[in-house]
Amino acid sequence: MAEYNLNSEKLKKLEEYIDGIEEKEGALINILHEAQDMFGYLPKDLQLYIARKCNIPASKVFGVVTFYSYFTMEPRGQHVINICMGTACFVKGAEKILTEFKRILNIKEGNMSEDGMFTINTLRCVGACGLAPVVMVDGKVYGRVKVEDVEEIIKEYKK
Amino acid sequence: MINLTINGIKVSVPEGTTILEAAKKANIHIPTLCYLDLHDIKMVNRTASCRVCVVEVEGRRNLAPACATEASEGMVVKTDSIRAIKARRTVVELLLSDHPTDCLVCEKNTQCQLQQLAADLGIRNIRYKGKMSTYPKDLSSESIYRNLDKCIMCRRCETMCNEVQTCNVYSAVDRGFETVVSPAFGLPMIDTQCTFCGQCVAVCPTAALTQISHVSKVWEALSDPDKYVIVQTAPAIRVALGEKFGMEAGSIVTGKMVAALKRLGFKKVFDTDFAADVTILEEAHEFIDRLQNGGRLPILTSCCPSWVKFIEHQFPDLLDIPSTCKSPHIMFGTIAKTYLADKMGINPEKIVVVSIMPCLAKKYEVIRPELKHEGLKNVDLVITTRELADMIKEAGIDFKSLCDEDFDDPLGESTGASVIFGTTGGVIEAALRTAYEWLTNKTLEDVEFQSVRGLDGLKEATININGQDIRIGVAHGLGNARKLLEAIQRGESQYHAIEIMACPGGCIDGGGQPYHFGNLDIVKKRMEALYTEDRNKKIRKSHENPAVKKLYEEYIGEVGGEKAHELLHTHYTKREKI
Repeated sequence: MAEYNLNSEKLKKLEEYIDGIEEKEGALINILHEAQDMFGYLPKDLQLYIARKCNIPASKVFGVVTFYSYFTMEPRGQHVINICMGTACFVKGAEKILTEFKRILNIKEGNMSEDGMFTINTLRCVGACGLAPVVMVDGKVYGRVKVEDVEEIIKEYKK
Repeated sequence: MINLTINGIKVSVPEGTTILEAAKKANIHIPTLCYLDLHDIKMVNRTASCRVCVVEVEGRRNLAPACATEASEGMVVKTDSIRAIKARRTVVELLLSDHPTDCLVCEKNTQCQLQQLAADLGIRNIRYKGKMSTYPKDLSSESIYRNLDKCIMCRRCETMCNEVQTCNVYSAVDRGFETVVSPAFGLPMIDTQCTFCGQCVAVCPTAALTQISHVSKVWEALSDPDKYVIVQTAPAIRVALGEKFGMEAGSIVTGKMVAALKRLGFKKVFDTDFAADVTILEEAHEFIDRLQNGGRLPILTSCCPSWVKFIEHQFPDLLDIPSTCKSPHIMFGTIAKTYLADKMGINPEKIVVVSIMPCLAKKYEVIRPELKHEGLKNVDLVITTRELADMIKEAGIDFKSLCDEDFDDPLGESTGASVIFGTTGGVIEAALRTAYEWLTNKTLEDVEFQSVRGLDGLKEATININGQDIRIGVAHGLGNARKLLEAIQRGESQYHAIEIMACPGGCIDGGGQPYHFGNLDIVKKRMEALYTEDRNKKIRKSHENPAVKKLYEEYIGEVGGEKAHELLHTHYTKREKI
């Protein structure tokens, strides 16, 4: 295991999980979910480990990881900020909200802030169009968000 | 049988036949792009992703892709209705809207199937404008040039790489407009388990996958007065080069090829076949040594650099089974820069060895660090059959009207055994001709081993030598090779010797050969031509090559001896799967 630049304790847990699966190839998506839950993201070495462990080509594992927007190869911060870019939120100015989050945290969409606290993501419609524009932080919903609210939201999690 | 009507013509076809195949039977041409059927090597790309072959089927709301829709009883198909033609045109225009229109300076100019399609459909205007996909170009390997701006997502390369060659380098990555065929983690090709067989290049319809050209470096060397530029040609070139000049597939153009190379300015024109004869001596010696002294069997041939890289990545635990012989063109390079340099009194540093190869892996092979002798690369530059044809055209040589000329001495002498190196089964047949005579001290009267010939993916033969049955296996295409290697791993292999070539059909269908555009009859004709060339040779056994005998007498000494090992053998490296 020394060849992978990964937390060996977590890797051992993942190995146990994979060993418990009989038909590994068909379970790739489940395995990737489990791995992302454990490690927070799916770095290259983790994908390589899974590929070799399950005897699936690394190119295929990478193909699946990049296909599904749920999977991420970027480390995630303690708090994930999701800004809805669905039609209703978009026309209500979600773009400006996103820009403000990016400005204050000084990161790009999909990236983690330097202190490891936040990651900014966008998603398409959380089904709360009446509250547009909507921001979700770790599952908590903020409705009718204005640009000037952004700083307050961030502060809430910095405590 | 199933009865259907296509454009008013009644057609009967067996169950399971696609509309495309049925139309072909009725002499109706439906244009295709992503579709590719190489049934002789068991590859069919039927992703139906391009939608160029859409046709109208009565009673169906949507147009159907002819390549992937099975004919059914009573079906009424229209391939030439306004609706089908308009849809086809729209599809091609959309493809072109995300494709560079630099055809005039494109590597595949006049050889591109997308270009041909646009011409056939008479497209004069692209109505759609939008975002163009751009990707960094990959020139990392010295072998395969990936320019994905020109990819049309037909997925032929993926089918070839994953299903036929089982190398699994490529996968569709990302989604939507961003989707791209890529190695894992977008790695440059040199950092992957790619074997550089070039079969993806052989089936790519556009210039998304081509070779990294060394033509300009060859021109430069040829015009440098301080360099002594010599050339060698692999066996498979002489039966394919003519195609690039409008000659019938399978034309043997050995003499014209030599004449053309002399006109291009090469100081000496030699034959890789000479080195193939040397290879046979060394390999047969190694085989007999392992057979008689309890060495590891089966022995595997090692002429194919793509196959060598495959075993290094995929079966690193089996690296003691391939023969340690360098590939013939590398042996040639070593001999040229030692023996020949001595003999002609030329400083080996001034010698530039150019290899004309049917192969893309040989471009990669020459940069392998262990293939150097006294600090000099064994072979300096490798160009493919296609690149040689380009040079001949550029130089204004009228290839078809050239008079035959002979290879130069001493490295131009060769036997029938070495000529058949260019086809699957040929190396092992050549080795058997020599091993049989060395083991029995008898003359082998019938030198043709029919059971190792042909396009079957796996072939075998049993030859009784001195009362012992020697079992031979032959695989071409890396997927077939994998089966034999897995059997060895499980301890179930019954073979004494195995020949493996990475490309389906062997070097005659190498990644550097003229494009066959899905017509494998061309490859079969090249194969027949090599066997004809063998039959026409006075000497058909490698150990009877007089120039090779002289090389050993004057320079190398014993076959398999110390000097032979220093010059003609190599070692392999464990590599990772990625």
